[in-house]
Amino acid sequence: MNNTKLINSTNMKPSLRGPWTLLKKELLRFWRIAFQTVAAPVITALLYLLIFAHVLAGHVQVYNGVPYTEFLIPGLIMMSVLQNAFANSSSSLIQSKVMGNLVFVLLTPLTHFQFFAAFLIAAIIRGLVVGLGIYLVAMWFVDIHVTNPLLVVTFALLGSALLGTFGIIAGIWADRFDQMAAFQNFIIMPLSFLSGVFYSIHSLPPFWQKLSQLNPFFYMIDGFRYGFFGKGDVSPLVSLSIVGGSFLVLALITLKMLKSGYKLRA
Amino acid sequence: MNPAIKINGVHKNFGSLHALKGIDLTIEQGEFFALLGPNGAGKSTLISILAGLIKPTAGDISVMGFDVVNQYQQARQLLGVVPQELVFDPFFNVREMLRFQAGYFGRGKENDAWVDEILEGLGLADKAHTNMRKLSGGMKRRALIAQALAHKPPVIVLDEPTAGVDVELRQMLWEFIKNLNNQGHTIILTTHYLEEAEALCSRVGMMKQGEIVALDSTANLLNKFAGKKLRLTLGDVTLPANIQSLLRKQEKGIFTFALNDMAQIELVLAALRAVNIKVLDMQLSEADLEDVFLSLVGKAS
Repeated sequence: MNNTKLINSTNMKPSLRGPWTLLKKELLRFWRIAFQTVAAPVITALLYLLIFAHVLAGHVQVYNGVPYTEFLIPGLIMMSVLQNAFANSSSSLIQSKVMGNLVFVLLTPLTHFQFFAAFLIAAIIRGLVVGLGIYLVAMWFVDIHVTNPLLVVTFALLGSALLGTFGIIAGIWADRFDQMAAFQNFIIMPLSFLSGVFYSIHSLPPFWQKLSQLNPFFYMIDGFRYGFFGKGDVSPLVSLSIVGGSFLVLALITLKMLKSGYKLRA
Repeated sequence: MNPAIKINGVHKNFGSLHALKGIDLTIEQGEFFALLGPNGAGKSTLISILAGLIKPTAGDISVMGFDVVNQYQQARQLLGVVPQELVFDPFFNVREMLRFQAGYFGRGKENDAWVDEILEGLGLADKAHTNMRKLSGGMKRRALIAQALAHKPPVIVLDEPTAGVDVELRQMLWEFIKNLNNQGHTIILTTHYLEEAEALCSRVGMMKQGEIVALDSTANLLNKFAGKKLRLTLGDVTLPANIQSLLRKQEKGIFTFALNDMAQIELVLAALRAVNIKVLDMQLSEADLEDVFLSLVGKAS
């Protein structure tokens, strides 16, 4: 109950207290229901790991010298990071809109950039916490080596930022829960399942390989995985530029939406 | 000294609906001002523009000299708005919500004493650790008001704060708000309860179909539009034509006349005598805002 007190903002400049408070509120919001927002996705990822590793190990050829189960783990971690970053910002916004309590934030002097930053950082942290949770639990079952930790962290940050931003766009745009569910079911789920989490796209027929390369999720998963094994389907620099570029574009769109008051201020 | 609120030629169109048709209004610092009008008159639209929740189609509003669009940070810092709808955040308890709300405005621990004062003043102290979800309707309304006050704004706007609220809370609320007004806070109130406006507010603006149709001190409005109210029980009769213009209301044989001065009593009674209408009962009272409201706003709609 007292986690509010853990974070001390007494010495903070008043101008920073506003966005800091919003971030703190967003973090507490998911942390209070961590069973649903952190534990549940960790369990889900582990179920995938258990089932797919059991069924597919030995049947699917991924990279040379990398066992399937090991290959699967980074993909599952990244997929969960992305999905949870999206879920955090989008569900917080749609709930506040439907409940009507977003007005409490809209009445404040917070700038559109501060609003964006608070929701973005909360989404990133939720994504990372879930990712870390899966990593820690998976360590019990499988020996995981990380070749390039910097790459792993960079992709985790950029990927969760990208999806957190996309979640803000979805949250601003959607007026009802079913519209938000459509985002989840028709965009996020297909893109994340068809991104090469469960297979290397080199095992696909050429047409599907090409198609996979149009999926931004593919580059996030591949780049993240590259950090673990030092190899991937494409160069990590290509992935980095695509993911980084996509984030910048979405961030600019989001800031423009927020500045214009699109859907939030009539 | 800048006025608390200055509204300049504000228009708002929602598609083809012209919701506000050029509102001009200045509210000085320290005033207790009532904005009255029937549903759909545009009060809430005006308040939403003031609060930055919607944008004006034309015109501008400033809060203590700061434009609500171009200098929104300063303007909102000075403004506390109680929304009309009973909204709440189900994740937090009352005290947490108030701390957050103050925090958004840059206030930190130094503000805690004020938060306690609000909780005390609004009778929320024993609910401070109760989750918002678990509060009763009346308690949620108090929390909503508390949230608007959390950053101690000099200008406070209450949009229908007593809708669906019991008498006890209304009295407690007005006591608290009157205190704030005495300490120098400017209060702007919209309400359906005209007796509240009459008892509390020194100045009244009345809106109708997107326009301000009356703007004056409460006392002047009462004098100007209806000095005295004469209620006569006459039964099922037809009034003589020469006193029809004084009639305000007719209900089940009870006729209410609005009189400008006492001499008109004789005029009414003489007219009734002339056509042999018998007065069964008679009551004379001071006019209230409701009479003003009805004569300005009610009849045409």
